Amino acid sequence: MEANISFRLNGEMVSISTDPLRRLLDVLREDLGCIGTKEGCSEGECGACSILLNGHMVTSCIIPVGAVDGQDVMTIEGVSKTEGGKIIVQAFADGGAVQCGFCIPGMVIAAYYLLSNNPNPTEEEIRLGISGNICRCTGYDLVVESIKLAAQRGGDVWKR
Amino acid sequence: MVTGDISKAIRRVDAVAKCEGTVKYVSDYTFEDCLWGRLVRSSIPRGIIKAIHVPELPEGYRFITYKDIPEGGHNYLHMIATDWKCFAENEVRYVGETIGIIVGPDKTTLENLKEQIVIDYEAQEAAISIEEGLACKGGAFVNDNNIFCSLQLDVGNVDEAFQKADKIVEETFETGYQEHIYLETNGACCKPEGDGYVIYASAQCPFYIRKSIAPLLGISPEQIIVRQTTTGGAFGGKEHFPDVLCGPLLVAAYVMKKGVKVIFDREEDIENSVKRHPSQVKFKTALDKEGNIIAMDSQVYYNVGGYLSSSFVVLQRGCFHVTGCYSFPNIRTKGFGVATNAFPSCAFRGFGAPQTLFAVETHMCHIAEMQGLDPLEYKKRYFIKQGDTTSTNGKIVERVMIPEMLDQVLKASDYERKVKEYKWGSGKGIGISFYNHGGAFTGNGEQALIKGKCRLHKFADGHVEILCGQTEMGQGFHTILPKIAAHVLELPIEKVIFLDPDTSRVPDSGPTAASRSTMIVGELVERAATLMKPRYDKEEDFVVETQYEHPEGYPWDQSTFQGYAYLGYGWGVCAVEVEVDPCTAEVTTKGIWSSHDCGHLIDERIVHGQVNGGILQGIGWASTEVMQNVDGHFKQTSMSDYIVPTSMDYPKQGVYFVENPYEWGPFGAKGMGELVFNGSGAAYIDAVSKAIGKRISKIPLPTEEVMNYMLKGQDLKEAL
Repeated sequence: MEANISFRLNGEMVSISTDPLRRLLDVLREDLGCIGTKEGCSEGECGACSILLNGHMVTSCIIPVGAVDGQDVMTIEGVSKTEGGKIIVQAFADGGAVQCGFCIPGMVIAAYYLLSNNPNPTEEEIRLGISGNICRCTGYDLVVESIKLAAQRGGDVWKR
Repeated sequence: MVTGDISKAIRRVDAVAKCEGTVKYVSDYTFEDCLWGRLVRSSIPRGIIKAIHVPELPEGYRFITYKDIPEGGHNYLHMIATDWKCFAENEVRYVGETIGIIVGPDKTTLENLKEQIVIDYEAQEAAISIEEGLACKGGAFVNDNNIFCSLQLDVGNVDEAFQKADKIVEETFETGYQEHIYLETNGACCKPEGDGYVIYASAQCPFYIRKSIAPLLGISPEQIIVRQTTTGGAFGGKEHFPDVLCGPLLVAAYVMKKGVKVIFDREEDIENSVKRHPSQVKFKTALDKEGNIIAMDSQVYYNVGGYLSSSFVVLQRGCFHVTGCYSFPNIRTKGFGVATNAFPSCAFRGFGAPQTLFAVETHMCHIAEMQGLDPLEYKKRYFIKQGDTTSTNGKIVERVMIPEMLDQVLKASDYERKVKEYKWGSGKGIGISFYNHGGAFTGNGEQALIKGKCRLHKFADGHVEILCGQTEMGQGFHTILPKIAAHVLELPIEKVIFLDPDTSRVPDSGPTAASRSTMIVGELVERAATLMKPRYDKEEDFVVETQYEHPEGYPWDQSTFQGYAYLGYGWGVCAVEVEVDPCTAEVTTKGIWSSHDCGHLIDERIVHGQVNGGILQGIGWASTEVMQNVDGHFKQTSMSDYIVPTSMDYPKQGVYFVENPYEWGPFGAKGMGELVFNGSGAAYIDAVSKAIGKRISKIPLPTEEVMNYMLKGQDLKEAL
């Protein structure tokens, strides 16, 4: 059964006709070309498919696409083009946050969500902020350091 | 321009694109006119296939088995051993063994059809654990004793030493399965192209794949082109396992004359992929009147599973590392690879060394503690040094900087104060471990087996391309290798091109495994760049090629495993501090400090990241990463029930290095990717065992096991 579903994706309205029970993750990747959103665990556990839904971080593998009708969705493709997103990307590159990279788009989303809500997080708050994002390569330390760097570099950007 | 000390960190060349999500992993490709495939597997651990009932398939769908292998083809995967069948024929040896592959255009239809395939078996009694394998439960299925492979190593005269011993202590250690949990699951696509096939795969070793699967169709490896796609983590799990996936894909592409792709979801990946070998290590150690070790006799058992694949080599490495960082006058080591009806075990970071290193470190602690001694003081008596004899009757070639590394860790962790203050059983503990990892292939294997080659191509526009088979899987090789070339050629790193390998374009420089890539292939690049440099300005377009040459004077006999097993080891010291809740048995890690000798670092930030990740993966193996096999089925099948470390579980690490340039490595670098995994588990267990005052001999150690040890474990001071 198909339905017409419209939502804002990275600032632009998109309309598709599809089964509303399909996973948002699949629709983003297969129908809308947002391949930066990754499938890691298929059960909302690892955070690789993190996106922002109405500004809140969610895992797109456990959301049926019908649930986002009329809502606002931001993926890594959109977040990485924002002022804050660019700061995080550069800080991750400079700070050594990236290894295999598969968890990283989700990790950037988590960092963006954290800093947007808490511009000067402590180490503990950063660790809590990325605790839903599993990384098997880095041991997290350099991700945490890179988020500190993004907080410093961003300054007022995060306070808007 | 890349100048100055090569260790100075630069930005990874792949970082920005990975952050922005524009890099394509295998599941991100849209392959034109490509079919989906789903593997149909055995649901029982051992038995005879009596019948396969396949529903009527719509047009364009097909179920493919060993019967579809053409005449002249060979239904085996040519891995290190050639015993693993691509498709099961009449018998199945483990749950998850590939019986067939169903292919077709629509994923959902395919899934429904797959569910309707019914296989009738005559089930046989299965052997799952090491004990069951050794007891030949259900009857032996490999040789007449279920021993796939074995070896023995002798140093000195163990029997004489045991006759003179004042006391003999015996102890058994066990380690469990470990699942890799690379964040990107396995996936590959195989397409017919020209008179051959092209494979796109998330893989560590593209050349392994084509060698392994070409015999299925009776074609030459060169007729298969393997193109590595950006690989989202591997840790050994994509060293040989992609062969197991690509074999059926090749046969399916041959039958359908179309591309076929398979992407595992997480559950399928965990249930049906290789793991770290479970182990049992049994020590018999002879002590003199003063409590000194005069001989160590060990028996090492690894659970191989249903097929041998790479396991004999894993077992060898385990046996070579069984005396850890210590020198003993008399050593006897026996190793056995045990056949069981479990999913075959294979490579995982450390490749057999972590199991024996955990065992020997913990055994040393226990021998010290039963004498009322601090383990550190006891271990110090036996630290191996340059010139000392190894477990294979070779010598340690290089300077061993354990004393210097120990000083760094003691200072950073405030170990000496804490170890006095935290009484055994007080709920607080600090542990320490020592470990090493022999770099590259054993003995002269780099020259005798691999014969690694590398090419550098200078183009008229001034760019230089590195051509070799090494893969980036997160460890930083896309940055390391260009950095070496740029440094020698005094070029900006942007001028050096290094792409994911395509086997039709690059020479075979050997697998990306065994901590060999920087140490061995990095040296080939360094040498090629040195040859290129004087010609760079004079000639427009030319190629230089280098091939590995083993240094003279370090003999190795692969038939007896005697001689210089490794010319350069990475060395490590790690301290871990914990607190254990006396009521709930929950362990909180308060600190982690390590020092490593990886020769001269090629990029200090990349190495730092490897240390952080390796140490956490090692502690995960020793603590929460419980993976049980019940009746042949892995019990943990998702990331909800297989528990890997999160950002909240462990504190920021103290990371230190010593400078010890390696004579034959590029800029003095040695291997380090596996080293950093090898010892943190033992340090963690040492810390927990002191905190609870009980002797721990089995990992993993989840909270409920800590509680069990607290309630009924042996006191550290009890006699062994």
